[in-house]
Amino acid sequence: MAIKPRIGVFICHCGENIAGTVDVSGLAEDIIGYDNVAFSTDYEYMCSDPGQNKIKEAIEEENLTGVVVAACSPSMHEETFRGAVEDVGLNRYQCEIANIREQCSWVHGEDGDKPTEKALKIIKGVVEKVKRNVSMEPVEREHADKCLVIGGGIAGIQAALDVAEAGNEVILVEKEPTIGGHMAQLSETFPTLDCSQCILTPKMVELNQHPNIELLAYSEVKEISGYVGNYSAQIERKPTYVDTDACNLCGDCEDVCPVEVTDEFNQGLDTRKAINIPFSQAIPSSYTLDTDACLGLNPLRCSECAEACDADAIDFDQSSEYVEEEFGAVIVATGYDLYPKEEMGEYGYGKYEDVVDGLQFERMLSATGPTGGVVRRPSDGKIPENVVFIQCSGSRDPENHNSYCSKICCMYTAKHAKLYKETVPDGNAYVFYIDIRAGGKDYEEFIQDVQEEDRVLYLKGKVSKLKRVDEKMRVWGLDEIAGERVEIDADLVVLAQSIVPSKGTDETSKKLNLNLGANGFFKEAHPKLRPVESLTGGVFFAGTGQGPKDIPDSVSQGSGAAAKAIDLLSKPTLSHDPQVVEIDEDLCSGCGLCVGQCPYDALEINSRGVAEVNEILCEGCGTCASGCPTNALSLRNLTDEQLTEMIHAHIGD
Amino acid sequence: MEFEPKLVGFLCKWCSSAGADLAGVSRKSYPPNLVPITVNCSGRIDVNHIVRALKDGADGVLVSGCHPGDCHYTSGNYKTWRRVALLKHVLEDFGMNPDRVRLEWVSATEGEKFARTVEEFTDEIKELGPGPFSNAKE
Ligand SMILES: Cc1cc2nc3c(=O)[nH]c(=O)nc-3n(C[C@H](O)[C@H](O)[C@H](O)COP(=O)(O)OP(=O)(O)OC[C@H]3O[C@@H](n4cnc5c(N)ncnc54)[C@H](O)[C@@H]3O)c2cc1C
Ligand code: SF4
Ligand code: FES
Repeated sequence: MAIKPRIGVFICHCGENIAGTVDVSGLAEDIIGYDNVAFSTDYEYMCSDPGQNKIKEAIEEENLTGVVVAACSPSMHEETFRGAVEDVGLNRYQCEIANIREQCSWVHGEDGDKPTEKALKIIKGVVEKVKRNVSMEPVEREHADKCLVIGGGIAGIQAALDVAEAGNEVILVEKEPTIGGHMAQLSETFPTLDCSQCILTPKMVELNQHPNIELLAYSEVKEISGYVGNYSAQIERKPTYVDTDACNLCGDCEDVCPVEVTDEFNQGLDTRKAINIPFSQAIPSSYTLDTDACLGLNPLRCSECAEACDADAIDFDQSSEYVEEEFGAVIVATGYDLYPKEEMGEYGYGKYEDVVDGLQFERMLSATGPTGGVVRRPSDGKIPENVVFIQCSGSRDPENHNSYCSKICCMYTAKHAKLYKETVPDGNAYVFYIDIRAGGKDYEEFIQDVQEEDRVLYLKGKVSKLKRVDEKMRVWGLDEIAGERVEIDADLVVLAQSIVPSKGTDETSKKLNLNLGANGFFKEAHPKLRPVESLTGGVFFAGTGQGPKDIPDSVSQGSGAAAKAIDLLSKPTLSHDPQVVEIDEDLCSGCGLCVGQCPYDALEINSRGVAEVNEILCEGCGTCASGCPTNALSLRNLTDEQLTEMIHAHIGD
Repeated sequence: MEFEPKLVGFLCKWCSSAGADLAGVSRKSYPPNLVPITVNCSGRIDVNHIVRALKDGADGVLVSGCHPGDCHYTSGNYKTWRRVALLKHVLEDFGMNPDRVRLEWVSATEGEKFARTVEEFTDEIKELGPGPFSNAKE
């Protein structure tokens, strides 16, 4: 060490908060004799301008190399004091806080001299640390400029549009042949009852035409690796066997295709052909040939579609294409699915045709749906006279199903009952509920309107049994308010099925090293203060993949995620905390233990057989340093030597 | 004079030190015997640091981090968990009471728990008496 450290210790009174319990001037006198302490003083409020000026003056006049401010918690003013020392040319990491308020004076008020003794130890410990601190500069790193959005539901669409509008290039990857997600399947949307497709499709078109957005539909992110600002991804574009540009949507191919399979877009209420378009306003607006259903992509077996296509758009020779791209930020908007039918045995879901889920009911209500907007029950096409709606199906039931609330079902059930009553005014609608959660803007009024104006009968209680009796579904339940059992012969039962993370959420979380919460939804960095960020730098969440949400909340989160991505992409370089691990190659035996301990994949054994750290990936937890058997790794500014000396300062005399 | 144990506390910055701050903000008093050292993560704590503290004369060492699953760095606390468990076995083999080392999960919202932990630990070590290398004044 070239120059002998000269540490200044600045002790704050914090009015009476510290000085009332701790002998601050006594401390200032005692500490001056301590090794390397060149200056000490106490002052009423160190964080005030005059207080900060005292520190600055002392640094200049006393040639201080380090500063200890004995005051409140570093979470309060560490930034303030580091800024102050920087103003006079000292490196910010040469300033440290000794917490003698929260962790001393405030908790030992009754203990006589003891708090002063303890404060002295705390200060000595921090002096030992600071005098060994190295000066550091943030690590600056270039980043890629593009943003990847995974999932093209309303949340992903909103996020992509916002990021693109701010002038950044976006690639949106959607696994289905069209964007739109579940919103495209909905009839009308609560609470205003606008037609879902009418408000969604203009956004889909806008996205498709945006000069900064490249849409890769029917595609999947195969691999992604890297770190904040520098992700590289391989995206597979699956063959649709139709030239999107040439296809003019005439539909001749669909007419001649001999294969009929279940139509997923209509939730199994209808069939579709092997070559099909999910709905007429799909984007990209083109047909897709489903190879699982097709007789063989082979003119010898069948080539009816290719022959019927006047535009020559059908191309059996297409194969997967792989796109490699670098991304600065990633927005994950992979959405939800409904809780699987098989799980809801008690309500006969999956067993009786006339027990349907909410999305099936949306398709029935939809003017472009399989029944043209007339509610008809699946078994015989009759218009149902009695419809029972069961809320919380699979939700809020920790013993048998999901423990959480799916948040949107109270609202969409009310909407369903209302829309049913509008099409079948003489029909009866019954809703079984646990309680009604209608916390959104104008939501409670909507529910009241449904109960009062639409004369939907709300029954507080659970359904205990459901069975087919002749042509009807007999529903036994409890009306808790009237205190009696009820029995309803329903023509149709609609389950407000729980919302679960979409299939593939698990895989996505593994690819991007994201955490999932207990219920399988993506876990945000902080439940309150960082709701759109993941703990993986540069990866953000939008929409229902992070938890059940309605459309307004999905859109808000989409914009929130976009703002975070824009913030990141707009920085010329990204800076990273320089408190990272360092490796002493002479001590490293190349055992590789550290590699497995690092939660961020920041370590590797390099070609010379010794550990190497990626300073951008290292978050500075120090776990590896503590696990290294040869002490080859050390965490900058919290080295073994520093810790040992701190311990010694606390104990050793 | 009553035996006043000397205790060292290693607190992770994200949870336990924040929990200790909250104890302060809510004025939950506890004995002043434990002197805190804030580290980035409980995973930074090496068995050597604990042994060093005991050898230097500490009568007890507290290691405190985020609850399992909550570590700011996802998993540092799991490593500490194993390291401390192992160390306790070794201490026992060497004839030292393993209760002189205590691991406790304290979140940023658990000010009360932090204060109670320090209080209990101080009482416990008082019961045990000075450690083998103690330099506490009797
Ligand atoms: C029956 C019912 C009725 C509803 N009615 C209303 C209503 O009236 N009003 C309202 O506000 N809300 C309503 N909702 C809620 C609404 O559907 C959601 O809030 C909204 O659709 C969520 O959008 P999203 O983008 O988060 O998810 P999604 O719509 O699920 O979109 C996710 C998209 O990501 C794609 N994807 C998934 N995984 C991948 C992957 N690995 N790679 C690429 N792409 C992937 C999917 O194919 C999909 O296109 C209703 C929900 C239900 C179930
Ligand atoms: S300090 Fe933590 S983040 Fe950095 S290399 Fe070591 S284990 Fe990984
Ligand atoms: S940050 Fe608290 S234990 Fe890791």
